[in-house]
Amino acid sequence: MALPNHASTLERVWHYAYLVICGLIFLFLIAPILVVIPLSFNAEPYFTFTEKMLALDPTGYSTRWYDLLLTFGMENPDAARDGSWWSDAWENAAWISAAKNSVIIGFFSTILATFLGTLAALGLSRPEMPFRRAIMAILISPMIVPIIITATGLFFFYSMTGLANSYLGVIMAHATLGIPFVIITVTATLVGFDHSLTRAAASLGANPTTSFFKITMPLILPGVISGALFAFVTSFDEVVVVLFVAAHDQQTIPRQMWNGIREQISPAILSVATILVLVSIALLTTVELLRRRSEKLRGVAPQ
Amino acid sequence: MADTTAPLTTADGKPLKAALASAQAKARRRAFFLVLPLLAFVLLTFVAPITQMLHRSVHNPGFTTHKDIGSGVETPIMVNLRAWFDENPAGTEPDEAAYEALAQDLVLLRELKAPGNVGTRINYERAGSRSMFTKAARSAAKLEPPYKEAILDLDEDWADPELWQVMRGASSAYTVNFYLAALDLARDADGSVVSVDENRQVYVKLFTRTLLLSLLITFLCFLLAYPIAHLLATLPLRHSNLLMIFVLLPFWTSLLVRTTSWIVLLQSQGVVNDSLVATGLLDDDNRIQMIYNQTGTIIAMTHILLPFMVLPLYSVMRPINPSYVRAARSLGATSWTAFRRIYFPQTVPGIGAGALLVFILAVGYYITPALVGGADGQLISNLIAFHMTKSLNWSLAAALAAILLGGILVLYWLYDRLVGIDNLKLG
Repeated sequence: MALPNHASTLERVWHYAYLVICGLIFLFLIAPILVVIPLSFNAEPYFTFTEKMLALDPTGYSTRWYDLLLTFGMENPDAARDGSWWSDAWENAAWISAAKNSVIIGFFSTILATFLGTLAALGLSRPEMPFRRAIMAILISPMIVPIIITATGLFFFYSMTGLANSYLGVIMAHATLGIPFVIITVTATLVGFDHSLTRAAASLGANPTTSFFKITMPLILPGVISGALFAFVTSFDEVVVVLFVAAHDQQTIPRQMWNGIREQISPAILSVATILVLVSIALLTTVELLRRRSEKLRGVAPQ
Repeated sequence: MADTTAPLTTADGKPLKAALASAQAKARRRAFFLVLPLLAFVLLTFVAPITQMLHRSVHNPGFTTHKDIGSGVETPIMVNLRAWFDENPAGTEPDEAAYEALAQDLVLLRELKAPGNVGTRINYERAGSRSMFTKAARSAAKLEPPYKEAILDLDEDWADPELWQVMRGASSAYTVNFYLAALDLARDADGSVVSVDENRQVYVKLFTRTLLLSLLITFLCFLLAYPIAHLLATLPLRHSNLLMIFVLLPFWTSLLVRTTSWIVLLQSQGVVNDSLVATGLLDDDNRIQMIYNQTGTIIAMTHILLPFMVLPLYSVMRPINPSYVRAARSLGATSWTAFRRIYFPQTVPGIGAGALLVFILAVGYYITPALVGGADGQLISNLIAFHMTKSLNWSLAAALAAILLGGILVLYWLYDRLVGIDNLKLG
């Protein structure tokens, strides 16, 4: 991208203008995510930087909104913080129970999506798979079909089959939404997979199960894990299906945020947002490390 | 020698061709059995619900059967009126026999405590009908012949030919009337399809707005994604991997977090307006309304969908050999000509893939428009949700969803044709 020595003035001007434009676009991408982090420490209930914050005055900052997350919905938020206070918070605080629900639903739907998705990806990547393209199109479609249509369909279907208002219903729906991501990442890993390795294992006397667990699984594991992370994030971020098919007391973090944003947006939402940003940074780092490891395992050196 | 013409066989004497075919069939079966559990699961949790929704969009038995919630017993209702409709073609003036049938049916409705349900069904297509049914059913037992006069005494509106046409349509459980309604059409008194009053036309307008906004958002994504994808593709990998975080972090961040951030940034007491006021660019009284309207939807959705444009563009641009552009330059092309004639054409597949993906996702968007769209930034998904949760006209919601689904499936098919669904990459 370096500018050649013989570049004309106009080209130089354009080159720097181009870099500035790119910088602005990167700012557009990242600013909304970073701006919530300092604002979540605002001592005042505003959504903008106060003068004290800009002057870096410590009194302009506070962790009161994080504290509110812990105490919101408790029986007695002002009690002394001893053992019973913590168990009260664990049992009754609205955000904590929302987090528990989100994790439970996310965990089981991820397990379901990853298990079924990986099996299917193994089948789909075999050259002899019949109707490959059509089946792939069906399996990816939950990602393409608008969520409101899926939720509408599930609403009718679940109220008929009695799955409405149950954890099982939400978990099954979230697994369906996560499956395309598992399929995509695992098939992408399998594209570079050298099938002569399993043939070699078979010729050395390994049965299919052994060669799967000893040869295939370790090689595709990074893809499986990143697929699982995608599926988890999908479930963790999903709100429309939960709104349509879950019971009123089945609050999840996104549903609680959705209510918060619709009613009266409180800075406590910004502290939830900050925590979620940190979670996504952690997940992104994990996926990136997995990708590099997968490339190393497959012998694809980074260019 | 006879040996050369004899078919080749395996060690156990089977012809080689048959052995190969059976081995291949076995491999096919094995591959298929791996996919089968997931396929069954997706058919159960995704395809079946959507099929049922499609059924719901043409099937509404609210006027033909009543189901008791407690016992689950289904009773056919409005039988007499249905018989009259069968005997008389559309457009017939309702005579005394028709009113008598109606009166008899109203008596049954009162016994079943069902006039509300029937009225709601008619209300979907003719506003204000629900109360007519509940009122008429209350005095059903007291109705005396001549029924026509008696019923018209209760409410003059019972003579409305439009009402009779709606009842005729509803007297069959299967109807396309909800699709007509979703396209701003209705049946007039003699059953022919006409468009509804101009001030009641909302759906076509909203479909058009959804299309136009999605096109605009797709174009904005293209404009913003192209330069940065190019920069990422031409920088050495070490730098571009670092810059890639700017694209991947938003991609991984919760949708609700990003929508919240835009509210924080754009609202009238928000960061952007405050900064503009602080720097003196804007008067304190003239704060710009950037959110809770169409602008908010466009900005937030462009931000959310931008990574879906950058990633396909990047994967197409990365392998482009820079020596082509250099060759063009050495042959005397200006940098603009070299870009236009050499570089740009090679990126067209990436543009197609990204644009189709962004457009498909934008057309069905729900959460962001609902939170930041205000009144004029709503898309068709929001209307479907409105009919599902507020107006409770589920059949109309299903019909709108079916139309949207049809459009999406055409685009999806096109995407699969042009790009190939296997080439979808995530980060």
